[in-house]
Amino acid sequence: MDGWLGFVIMSVLGVGFAAVMIGLSVLLGPRNPTPEKLAPYECGMPAVGDARERHSVRFYLVAMIFLLFDIEIAFLYPWAVALRDLGWAGFVQVLTFFCVLTVGFVYVWRKGVLDWGPVARRAGDPVQKKAA
Amino acid sequence: MFNSSFDAVIPIVCVVLAALAAMAAEAFRGKGERMPIGLLGLVGLVAAGVSSALLWNRNAASFGVLVADNFGLFVTGILVVVGILTILFSSEVLERDGIPAGEYYALMLFSLSGMIMMAMANDLLVVFVALEIMSIAVYVLTGIRRDKPEATEASFKYFLLGAFSSAFFLYGIAFTFGVAGTTRLDAIGELMAAQAMVDNPLVLLAMGLLMVGFCFKISVVPFHMWTPDAYQGAPAIVTGFMSTGVKAAAFAAFARVFLSAFEPYIADWAPAIWVLAALTMIVGTVVGVAQVNLKRMLAYSSIAHGGYLLVGLLSANEVGKAAILFYLAAYAVTNLAAFGVIAVLGARDQGNDELRDYAGLWHSRPALATLMTVSLLSLGGLPPTAGFIGKWYIFAAAVSAGYYGLAIIGVLTSVISVFFYLRVVVMMFMKDREVAGMPAQVSGLGMAALAVAIAAIFYLGILPTQVLDLAARSISTIF
Repeated sequence: MDGWLGFVIMSVLGVGFAAVMIGLSVLLGPRNPTPEKLAPYECGMPAVGDARERHSVRFYLVAMIFLLFDIEIAFLYPWAVALRDLGWAGFVQVLTFFCVLTVGFVYVWRKGVLDWGPVARRAGDPVQKKAA
Repeated sequence: MFNSSFDAVIPIVCVVLAALAAMAAEAFRGKGERMPIGLLGLVGLVAAGVSSALLWNRNAASFGVLVADNFGLFVTGILVVVGILTILFSSEVLERDGIPAGEYYALMLFSLSGMIMMAMANDLLVVFVALEIMSIAVYVLTGIRRDKPEATEASFKYFLLGAFSSAFFLYGIAFTFGVAGTTRLDAIGELMAAQAMVDNPLVLLAMGLLMVGFCFKISVVPFHMWTPDAYQGAPAIVTGFMSTGVKAAAFAAFARVFLSAFEPYIADWAPAIWVLAALTMIVGTVVGVAQVNLKRMLAYSSIAHGGYLLVGLLSANEVGKAAILFYLAAYAVTNLAAFGVIAVLGARDQGNDELRDYAGLWHSRPALATLMTVSLLSLGGLPPTAGFIGKWYIFAAAVSAGYYGLAIIGVLTSVISVFFYLRVVVMMFMKDREVAGMPAQVSGLGMAALAVAIAAIFYLGILPTQVLDLAARSISTIF
């Protein structure tokens, strides 16, 4: 059972540290609540409306597409730095990766995810399509 | 095959290319235009099947992390069959239910590529990547009927619990890396064998976490909570695909990790698997008896079948070896046939998947009723079907490995399960139709796929020797 000792010490230390810190601030911290202090923080401005508003689903689509291309960049930079070491094999691999992403990009484009106006939506657009 | 280090990825590349082609085709599909996108998938899958047949016995390895050994190729074969049958069932169902074909096929093929990768992965991180490729596509497929609230709910539940299980799995990989300093399965295996006698708690922790991750995917009790909801909410055609493909791939990786890398610790993990297998068989069967929805009933039945598979994994001796892969193959074709019938019988607005919907099916649809009966009998394990031989070998292996308790539980639960399979059969043949409104016609393609599946059930049930030999020889490549 020797090996478990490390676990026990680590867990006790981890939980204990957090508990002590929170406990101390509860015990020692001064508390003078005012309505302003209790209001939700919105960059110093008075809060307007409810936080749980409905957003257009397009925000999420764009966010997801952004993530994908962000990741692409995250792969391209290290490759560009190590370009000479990786040689042609690395080049072909990155090109393959890039081609796969491009197919996805073409798909997204053709499906009208990048059309922002209230009109100009294609038929078969996933956002528009109804059950009928 | 220009370079030997790329050989093992060829089957995966075939499927991925087909998926990309399906996506591109969907992108350039005009409004209302019909495209044979399913055909693209068939071409890709046949290419994957042929290339894995060519790779047979060659033990190709790519980049050290993917190995196309016979074990992986056998499972790939099962997955290719699952994919082809699913595509054949799908063509008419998609049109009837208004499921977007391009997205459906692309997701299905991407998922299949992940499954094949999972069967061949020789590195825990690659297993994880493959698991995610497979799962994320299946989460979306579960909710592809966006007009149905229950499909969305099923998809969301499946996604949440799947993400949760991935966390377990990743944590398991982290601890394994902490112990072994590598994620390569062969290297881990050597290391474990070298220090097998040392009682290292980290190894136990790593094995436990990995086991939980896998058990979620093959829906072992008590990690099965998502299964009935996901299987019921998803379109029947998707349920058939995920109850066979996901289970086969996850089980293949499970077997590879625990029988090759962690084999030296078998004395430690065997008791846990024993309990899980017993619980899975009992809960799956007993709760299955109470179901009135056919999809839900088959979900519990598939949970129970996961338990039988675990028995095979546990008693992986000379007999058990062949039994695991054979059972996977038999279960895959049988379950796919059952869900194929449900899918074909459904309507757009109505699943027609309640038990009472099947009353009198024999009078209105004799062919479908017969096909359903055969697949249900095979699930129940009655001769001369594939399910009988599969169970026979599993229980024989359990007895010869000394797991008498498990064998008894297995046989008893099989007997109970026959009750609820036969209930459907009785409904179909002896009851009169109560509710009207079964769908109009069934296309030739769907019937052909069903006929192929049924032929496979009988082939595996009557002439199992060839496939059994093949299975035994394939699995001997991993341990």
